[in-house]
Amino acid sequence: MTLVNEIDYGTPASKSEKMVTLTIDGVEVTVPEGTSIMRAAMELGTQIPKLCATDSIEAFGSCRLCLVEIEGRPGTPASCTTPAMNGLVVHTQTSRLKQLRRGVMELYISDHPLDCLTCAANGDCELQDMAGAVGLRDVRYGYDGANHVFAKAKDGAANDAWMPKDESNPYFTYDPSKCIVCNRCVRACEEVQGTFALTIAGRGFESRVAAGMSENFLDSECVSCGACVQACPTATLSEKSLIDIGQPEHSVVTTCAYCGVGCSFKAEMRGEEVVRMVPYKDGKANRGHSCVKGRFAWGYTTHKERILKPMVRDKITDPWRETTWEEAIDRVVSEFKRIQFQYGRDAVGGITSSRCTNEETFLVQKLIRAGFGVNNVDTCARVCHSPTGYGLRTAFGTSAGTQDFDSVEDSDVMLVIGANPTDAHPVFASRMKKRLRAGAKLIVVDPRRIDLVRSVHIEAAHHLPLLPGTNVAVLTAMAHVIVTEGLVNEKFVRERCEMDDFQEWAAFVAEERHSPEAVAKFTGVDPAELRAAARLYATGGNAAIYYGLGVTEHSQGSTTVMAIANLAMVTGNLGRRGVGVNPLRGQNNVQGSCDMGSFPHEFSGYRHVSDDGVRATFEAMWGTKLNPEPGLRIPNMLDAAVEGTFRGLYIQGEDILQSDPDTTHVSAGLAAMECVVVQDLFLNETANYAHVFLPGSTFLEKDGTFTNAERRIQLVRRVMTPRNGYADWEITQLLAHGFGLDWNYTHPSQVMDEIAALTPTFKNVSFKKIEEMGSVQWPCNDANPEGSPIMHATTFARGKGKFMLTEYVPTDERTGPRFPLLLTTGRILSQYNVGAQTRRTENVMWHDEDRLEIHPHDAEQRGIKEGDWVRIQSRAGETALRALITDRVAPGVVYTTFHHPLTQANVITTDFSDWATNCPEYKVTAVQVGLSNGPTQYQEDYDAFARASRRIAAAEAAE
Amino acid sequence: MQQHEKLVMMANQIAKAFAAQGEARAVPQIAKHIQDFWDPRMRRGILEHLANGGAGLDPLALAALRQLHPAPQAGAHQA
Ligand code: SF4
Ligand code: SF4
Ligand code: SF4
Ligand code: FES
Repeated sequence: MTLVNEIDYGTPASKSEKMVTLTIDGVEVTVPEGTSIMRAAMELGTQIPKLCATDSIEAFGSCRLCLVEIEGRPGTPASCTTPAMNGLVVHTQTSRLKQLRRGVMELYISDHPLDCLTCAANGDCELQDMAGAVGLRDVRYGYDGANHVFAKAKDGAANDAWMPKDESNPYFTYDPSKCIVCNRCVRACEEVQGTFALTIAGRGFESRVAAGMSENFLDSECVSCGACVQACPTATLSEKSLIDIGQPEHSVVTTCAYCGVGCSFKAEMRGEEVVRMVPYKDGKANRGHSCVKGRFAWGYTTHKERILKPMVRDKITDPWRETTWEEAIDRVVSEFKRIQFQYGRDAVGGITSSRCTNEETFLVQKLIRAGFGVNNVDTCARVCHSPTGYGLRTAFGTSAGTQDFDSVEDSDVMLVIGANPTDAHPVFASRMKKRLRAGAKLIVVDPRRIDLVRSVHIEAAHHLPLLPGTNVAVLTAMAHVIVTEGLVNEKFVRERCEMDDFQEWAAFVAEERHSPEAVAKFTGVDPAELRAAARLYATGGNAAIYYGLGVTEHSQGSTTVMAIANLAMVTGNLGRRGVGVNPLRGQNNVQGSCDMGSFPHEFSGYRHVSDDGVRATFEAMWGTKLNPEPGLRIPNMLDAAVEGTFRGLYIQGEDILQSDPDTTHVSAGLAAMECVVVQDLFLNETANYAHVFLPGSTFLEKDGTFTNAERRIQLVRRVMTPRNGYADWEITQLLAHGFGLDWNYTHPSQVMDEIAALTPTFKNVSFKKIEEMGSVQWPCNDANPEGSPIMHATTFARGKGKFMLTEYVPTDERTGPRFPLLLTTGRILSQYNVGAQTRRTENVMWHDEDRLEIHPHDAEQRGIKEGDWVRIQSRAGETALRALITDRVAPGVVYTTFHHPLTQANVITTDFSDWATNCPEYKVTAVQVGLSNGPTQYQEDYDAFARASRRIAAAEAAE
Repeated sequence: MQQHEKLVMMANQIAKAFAAQGEARAVPQIAKHIQDFWDPRMRRGILEHLANGGAGLDPLALAALRQLHPAPQAGAHQA
């Protein structure tokens, strides 16, 4: 194995369709207009020496190393800033150029420490390479003069130009003595990440990179995305893991296991040890960018709390006992069989994981349907995007977003609803921000002033801070404006949509009760702003909708998704680049787990279990009769458990106790079960109620595929042996054998072949195909052999688009005198979901506790000051957190994240849910908030219970 | 909350979501939604509640439940 080497073309690719031809070193080359001479040369394989240029950022022209000579032009222009033009004759190597370049290098080296042998970048340093490339042989200037290299001059006097290393960031260091002030980091932070955390402070010789207001990196606005580290040509910015371990010797391209953006990474390795994860330029989701989670937060894979041996116990009050795989598997099999015999076949089920691969998910639902003989299978998408599936399927005929991420480059207007991309989908947010800085307009519909509303060089045209729970009313009011002000795209509607439905819908939304003025009293949104936003969306050019959990996690989640689809159809914003309806999916493989048939009523590819034809194909392939009745969804399983008709649950890689609402209800359900099997990396919160623990494997330890939010299927590649002994799909296979299923998979690619054979939208998908194309977006079948970046181009999957009436029904969760505030929940950048992984990394430095955001007005009324412990009560329960006073939330609204188990935010969320899918209503809970003096009794009891439950009996005590 | 109360709440929520289309079109869609998404024990539960008078059910939900196919019985020893 070797390192995957990526070519640095020096400057970004030009998108022009017009081509120009020039001659470089006697060879003709044709490139798109706007391409730099440097890039054109690289296309020919000629690497012009360079330091300040790299192809992720615009050329800057400061180092003067990339000089060339052009026939008929005076001087020696910089090739990175000089565009290629027809007929140019360029020379990249002449005696004049050689001499100039050596002079430049000599100056750089004279202010650079010569400790190459012990430098972390040794072997991967562009300064070193360039010294070699220009033939630098000696440095005439000594180090005695002004320099940044030594802390003290020879005579012992302090050197004011010298600055100490900044090691504040947990993942990378900044060593100013090695900085060549090429500005690449500054531009990467601006152009690629969009955070603008870095500047060059000082002028001339004095100048040096500074984070924030010359603070250390950790205290600055830096979000630790790593773009600057990657852009740095020297060791100035270096990963700590690289400093610690040394240069990698091989690398493998794989996919991030954190969020639904699905960034592609090179895992750079030494043997089986990860040296660093570097975002992969050819990754079509991330285009070479990353966030702090995927780039740096993989330390959990070797964390000491990871469980590596199977464990069992008879009662959840017993300590765990380590055991063999055989005994653990036997225990599950015999218990599940006993439960089914005693209480009926329907008394067991399972939950697939949105963190595991498509292949693993497919096998878990296959085990449940074919092995247990029930359809009681569900997945965590239940609690996030199930309404997306239902809503988009009703409107368009498929349960997925319509665009690829690249599409955003052609958007003129972005409507962001109930999503916080800079925190939850950071890499895509960077791409949005790039487009917004280039002039696209932004509308934000969110109760909270999310970062996107106002950030460096970005200001939303409209922010509609609605009261939580009123999405449908606001979106229907937008439709009202579009219809009554004559902004309908009639051609699109006539050609592409069901006319009867449209007419009925248009009459419905035109009713006066849906006008912005009429709904303002319960949505809290200024009617004039709402009208302006609707006009902008309808008439501002290509308009794209991006939405998140703030849309789906409501009692009207599915209706909101339909309202979004209506808006896109009525304005014709579908079927081409720059437009569309784009759910921003939470977990890395939540799209995939839905596609794979994780829902109790559907086989892979969203086909109902009662469809005899579909069921027959599965029965033929699997050689067994399958159940035609829909099974239980997660909340239904818990209800049935409390009622006594559901007793055994196999959970792969989910933590429902922490992630699902109404914790007391979830724990009552779990406690009522007789056999709970948890397969995970850590003893998660759900495992407190488990009887069997099967240690899972990480994404670094297995092969498979993940499907991101743009339906892109990408490979996950194994770079190390599973520390627990098995990849998760192998564990499911062991269980299947226990249930008498004759599975003989030796590689996940065989599972994908089975998925392709059974699922029309995956017909042409195979590992080979993905390997060849890098990634592929479903549907990938005979009609779309190369996959489908953009859907519904000429017709909708269902034929004609369907307008649905979207009546606003207020949630039953209303505020009243007892619970006068509305609580809504969300997440932040450095932590991931329930935090089981990120809490076990240095990411805790950015978010060591969840806080309750409260408006100054509401805080003052209650005598709450910044940092005070406050109690939050709802009709479901109460918890306590520390307060953070901010006007990001409107008066009447409070907000928190739920990354830490002690927070117990879900103790207060209720069991209300979406009408169509039972997706819980996380985003609205009526609460009261008051001062308290610390964590609640419940939190303390729970903490004690969790500690007791995690005890593992000493090895000798076991048998 | 008692199990049947929860089922009533869910059925009413579904009924309200389709109500805007008018009774004639809403009722079959409500019935189909319940048929497609509720497991047999939930359907049995709500039908039992209906047989006991169906207290608390929205009129549209009530009409839809009258059209629901009976759910298959769970046998204790089919495993
Ligand atoms: S890590 Fe990212 S945010 Fe921080 S300074 Fe570097 S580029 Fe900017
Ligand atoms: S820190 Fe690195 S990228 Fe930034 S200016 Fe210095 S050498 Fe260039
Ligand atoms: S967490 Fe998401 S945005 Fe961050 S690197 Fe992973 S896939 Fe990319
Ligand atoms: S690379 Fe062109 S001036 Fe630095």
